[in-house]
Amino acid sequence: MADAKKMLLKILRYDPEHDSAPHFVPYGVPWDDQTSFLDGLQYLKDNVCPDLSFRSSCRMAICGSCGVMINGVPKLACKTFLRHYPDGANVEPLANFPVERDLVVDLTHFLEYIQALKPYVIGNSRQPKDGPNMQTPEEMSRYHQFALCINCGLCYAACPQFGLNPAFYGPGAITLGHRYNLDSRDHGQADRMRNINSENGVWGCTLVGYCSEVCPKHVDPAAALQQCKVAGALDFASSVLHCKKNKEACHVD
Amino acid sequence: MQTITVDIAIVGAGGAGIRAAIEVAKNNPDFTVALISKVYPMRSHTVAAEGGSAAVRQETDSLELHFNDTVSGGDWLCDQDVVEYFVQQCPHEMIQLEQWGCPWSRKPDGSINVRNFGGMKVARTWFAADKTGFHILHTLFQTSLKYPQIRRLDEHFVLDILVDDGRVAGVVVLNMLEGELVQVRAGAVVFATGGAGRVYRYNTNASVVTGEGMGIAYRHGVALRDMEFVQYHPTGLPGSGILITEASRGEGGVLLNKDGYRYLQDYGLGPETPLGQPKPKFMELGPRDKVSQAFWHEWRAGRMEHSPQGDYSLLDIRHLGKEKILERLPMIRELAIEYMGIDPIDAPIPVRPTAHYTMGGIATDQQCESSIKGLFAAGECSSVGMHGANRLGSNSLAEILVFGALAGQGAAMRSKEGVKSNAAALDAQAKDVEKSFTGLLRQKGKEKWSVIRDEMGLAMEDGCGIYRSEELMQKTINKLAELQDRIKKVGIVDSSIVFNTDVLNLIEIGYGLDVAEGMAHSAMQRKESRGAHQRLDESCKARDDENFLKHSLAYYKKGSAPRIEYGPVNITKLPPAKRVYGAEGASQDKQNKEKGNG
Repeated sequence: MADAKKMLLKILRYDPEHDSAPHFVPYGVPWDDQTSFLDGLQYLKDNVCPDLSFRSSCRMAICGSCGVMINGVPKLACKTFLRHYPDGANVEPLANFPVERDLVVDLTHFLEYIQALKPYVIGNSRQPKDGPNMQTPEEMSRYHQFALCINCGLCYAACPQFGLNPAFYGPGAITLGHRYNLDSRDHGQADRMRNINSENGVWGCTLVGYCSEVCPKHVDPAAALQQCKVAGALDFASSVLHCKKNKEACHVD
Repeated sequence: MQTITVDIAIVGAGGAGIRAAIEVAKNNPDFTVALISKVYPMRSHTVAAEGGSAAVRQETDSLELHFNDTVSGGDWLCDQDVVEYFVQQCPHEMIQLEQWGCPWSRKPDGSINVRNFGGMKVARTWFAADKTGFHILHTLFQTSLKYPQIRRLDEHFVLDILVDDGRVAGVVVLNMLEGELVQVRAGAVVFATGGAGRVYRYNTNASVVTGEGMGIAYRHGVALRDMEFVQYHPTGLPGSGILITEASRGEGGVLLNKDGYRYLQDYGLGPETPLGQPKPKFMELGPRDKVSQAFWHEWRAGRMEHSPQGDYSLLDIRHLGKEKILERLPMIRELAIEYMGIDPIDAPIPVRPTAHYTMGGIATDQQCESSIKGLFAAGECSSVGMHGANRLGSNSLAEILVFGALAGQGAAMRSKEGVKSNAAALDAQAKDVEKSFTGLLRQKGKEKWSVIRDEMGLAMEDGCGIYRSEELMQKTINKLAELQDRIKKVGIVDSSIVFNTDVLNLIEIGYGLDVAEGMAHSAMQRKESRGAHQRLDESCKARDDENFLKHSLAYYKKGSAPRIEYGPVNITKLPPAKRVYGAEGASQDKQNKEKGNG
């Protein structure tokens, strides 16, 4: 990249100790056909502004660290390439999360929601000495796509509902809960549905579908949420039917 | 400074660290565990492992065969008692992961499928398409959420350990978001901090794989064992070093030079196997050290393709067909398209050997405990003695599970001893850590850590690459000593305490330099060729069991070169023999069998 051309990146900088508000700073970044936005940020950190803060790890789109807004769209910096932005680009921290510093946002809520929806096998007492569960490729295909979530948070940055209501469990966490609901080895659906079906669960989703559009791993969280709604509605219907059969035990207002 | 007290502190939340945490939590419901990581757990480098994890599965396989492959694959520098325990535990760990929800790839009847891997005589590599590390890490992370007594300290950077009377008593960590130090007191500490691949310039590793865990133990007098053995993975993308899994070859992919010739047949791995019929321990299913060495010879002979990002060979998987590629190798395809602009369904992938894995690490006993009582190590940061001079592909994911669990058990036992530490002494140590950290934050100078990092990385490739010589290693040693001086003159620009990665980069590279010196000096002193340590000097070209069938032990010496000592290798069942693959390997197997029967 020695004699390479430079591209203008405007990066939203913010140091809570010294700045009153975030502000854009322009930088020139040398690039070629292989230069990713992460490469560009690393170039700046190495050579121009060692005090620029951003997250990164694997640089191959599997660890989920480097989510940022590029021209207002949530993207992984490591698999977005400068060559697609010949006029330069604005780089900002992920939307809808509190900004800690430069491109680093606070993901605490997201992590808490993942935990709240119990993404682990429930109610299967099989032990290693019993050998593996059987699971056919067809059974696996029911949930497999939803198991590909890398927890990057792009879907939260895309979700207007999460922007309005930070208590909304959001696409990523609900998708993971749903992934276990669909797993033939799991028996925890009823347990999980209490939260998934709650006020801050799937019913907060307004079907915009932008989450699936920005998902870098094609997990399609919008589909997971719609399937959850169907499951939730069926749960409700069956509980009503159940009530009709057992009128004495039912307390419907 | 805030102080928290837990029963066990685990540093590193990749596969080994989380596996250790679960082991402690499930067996000791009244224990509290601090799971400390400089990144969110799912950003740990385990996530990038692709091909699979070894465990005997098929009726045609046996623990003995897995043992033999591992010991010969490690060129007999493995501790055989450790390998024996390892191969026994692997099936248990893979089944346990299955029951925790890992989506292992299946056969049509719903049973577990396995694939071939390099240096393994029978297919025994469990896989989840080509995202095995990703699924293992996420399964472990998600399962860990079941245990409320696991207290995660995400984005907390370990600065040092606390030691009282020869026994570990906790760690001092930096809360990266708050910029505050925290003293974590614990009855035992597990280091699961990963390898040090980033001391090389071109590598397959995530940017977090910087070696400070090894460096911290090393500065406290714990030996780093077998550090000269650094694995070059034969197939990384030119330039970025992004890993293209060995499973590509396990499934039948072939390596070609620029003339379209399968050159591995000329380097003790032949004869050529028919296209689409991979044969264990032949050709492309040779072990990584041999396959990378073959590349080096072909490259020197001018038979590789050229590019500005370095010369490369071609990995051809086209004959597997679209359906199989999409089913078994979807991520490889995605990576080749995204980062090289090449769809492997239609064209071969350019690849070259790239620094990948540190066989050595923090020396531990068979129970994963280091020479500091209560300080355990597991996974790539450790040297429990199982990989020897060359690790086989798919043995490291298995290792993090088997030894992560074992380290967790050992740490729980140590913690239960309930030894009380001298609180005043620990406070004083923590104060010293704070003082030196504050000093670094204010360090002034004209040097840049990024320049030191790059010069270190290139020096390691020049001197401690696939082939080494005394002259080249000496140059590297001199360069590293020079960088040790220059790093003291690195100026820190960032004046904020919030997420200050300027100073953290400096700390990582500082520890990385120590680890790199351990590697270079251990390499210099090993005057033979074995596994991943191959020398070009005339008297060092062959394996020398008489003088070097032993582990190297590098000891830190402040301000000067490390002291290199040696320790015994535990050989129990498989006496050293010639290490051969391809036709010669098959004929050795046959002879052994006849001997066994006769």
